[in-house]
Amino acid sequence: MYSQGLIGADSSTTESEEFLKAFQARVDREEKIEPNDPMPEGYRRTLVRQIGQHAHSEIVGMLPEGNWITRAPSLRRKIALLAKVQDEGGHGLYLYSAAETLGVSREQMTEELLSGKAKYSSIFNYPTPTWADIGAIGWLVDGAAIMNQIPLCRCSYGPYARAMIRVCKEESFHQRQGYEIMMTLAKGSEEQKEMAQDALNRWWWPSLMMFGPSDSESTNSDQSMMWKIKRFSNDELRQKFITATVPQAEYLGLTIPDPDLRWNEKTQAYDHGEIDWAEFKAVIKGDGQMNRDRLRARNKAWDEGAWVREAALAHARKRADMKPIAQEAAE
Amino acid sequence: MAAAVASAEDAVLRAILEIADDGLILGHRLSEWCGHAPMLEEELALANMGLDLLGQARALYAHAGALEGKGRTEDDFAFLRRERDYVNCLLVERDNRDFAHTMLRQLYFAAFMQPFWHATVQTSSDETLRGIAAKADKEMSYHLRHSGEWVIRMGDGTEESAARMADAVNELHRYTGELFMVSPARQQAIAAGLLPDPESLRDEWDETIATVFRAAKLELPEIRTMQKGGRDGIHGEDMGHLLAELQFMQRAYPGQTW
Repeated sequence: MYSQGLIGADSSTTESEEFLKAFQARVDREEKIEPNDPMPEGYRRTLVRQIGQHAHSEIVGMLPEGNWITRAPSLRRKIALLAKVQDEGGHGLYLYSAAETLGVSREQMTEELLSGKAKYSSIFNYPTPTWADIGAIGWLVDGAAIMNQIPLCRCSYGPYARAMIRVCKEESFHQRQGYEIMMTLAKGSEEQKEMAQDALNRWWWPSLMMFGPSDSESTNSDQSMMWKIKRFSNDELRQKFITATVPQAEYLGLTIPDPDLRWNEKTQAYDHGEIDWAEFKAVIKGDGQMNRDRLRARNKAWDEGAWVREAALAHARKRADMKPIAQEAAE
Repeated sequence: MAAAVASAEDAVLRAILEIADDGLILGHRLSEWCGHAPMLEEELALANMGLDLLGQARALYAHAGALEGKGRTEDDFAFLRRERDYVNCLLVERDNRDFAHTMLRQLYFAAFMQPFWHATVQTSSDETLRGIAAKADKEMSYHLRHSGEWVIRMGDGTEESAARMADAVNELHRYTGELFMVSPARQQAIAAGLLPDPESLRDEWDETIATVFRAAKLELPEIRTMQKGGRDGIHGEDMGHLLAELQFMQRAYPGQTW
């Protein structure tokens, strides 16, 4: 799953003109930047923040869908959903590892998430009251994630780009799975169709918000584009998503909840209604319906797991102490 | 209801449902951890083990349905029976409680099921069961290794983890007897050469548990009375709540395709 267009990074940097030029030239030659290569501090900081937000989104994203694992309607769906949420955890793991190559520890990033300092994608602060939400999340949220992440496979930072290749393969599978759930509902009973439409109504606008503020408001975009961390602007990606998704909704016989949505022959794209940016800002600031519950759940798991992690460390230390004795005995 | 067994066919069906229900209920319990595990690596491991067990249950229900020949599907078995008709052992339905309880429950179960499936591959007269067993044997070897390592880490970790492990042993050991109890249905399946006799697996189970406990510095408790009831459909009070959740969609929206 995905992290937002980057939220609030500071890409300012203090290196010499010559250093920055040489770095830019490497980026422009499409050379991958690797962990031990010289890089501007602003580049490192931007990536730490972006990869961190992305990793946190995967982890927090396990909660809304995890809400339905124990209630999935069939064994096939239950297994698929558990495997999907497990994939999200796996993505979190690669992403934390990718961020660690930039000199930040997983513990540090985890603490920032738990304290509420680090951000994660706003989409996961919406509740999942019905089974159809599982379909809508797969279809729309993973669909939006793919739009964002495919260009990240070409990101200038090597470890992030490589992590994204595997993540994208899995996301694309999740998206098809979500669409298939929606299709089953759309072809089902009246009650199921209503459930599908209701989920689309609730997830459409938050999915559009996943691409981040519009280009005129997005402060970090230019520098990120220059450094080829980012390849397309927020609005470009959002537009691509809409163009891909509208026909999918039509095929399902569902209605996109935007009365202003219409095809524009001139631009060869869909015009759409105004996004509620006040809602977006409120959710980012922690005032979405589920923000507090999400953080509470993460903190609870972390706190209740503390004794397990301590036990594992204590045991490993005992083992390490025992080793020399065993070696001695062998000699 | 888990009533007296009428015929040889019914007995075989019942015996297969016993192991299928074990997989379903323990798989469900493990899935409850998703998003709440003590560390990310364990999120993945717990989900993995849950997926293995749910996959085994699915294959076994499908086989049970085919043997029965009345058109019941895997979902009919998993979602549409009454609580008294589920015949899993009590151990697997015990609540997750904490990581010590969860890992010990897994160890007890895997230490039994790994040799169980291994023997099924070697001796079962039922080809489908041998196929299911071959996959499950490998899966349960992993569960055994993973849970065994954790029991050792927690048993010989900190003071708190040792106390929690000891507590888990005290709580759960009394449910292990049921793994070896043979219902009349199971007896017929054993006699027909479909499934191994649990008694033949007891030495291996005892040895596995003793080895892990020695390394974990845990003691085997004296058990006055081993608990039983699951194989007769008499479950603990948590079971109804588990089923209310598991069956929610099928009960709230009957007869629909998902």
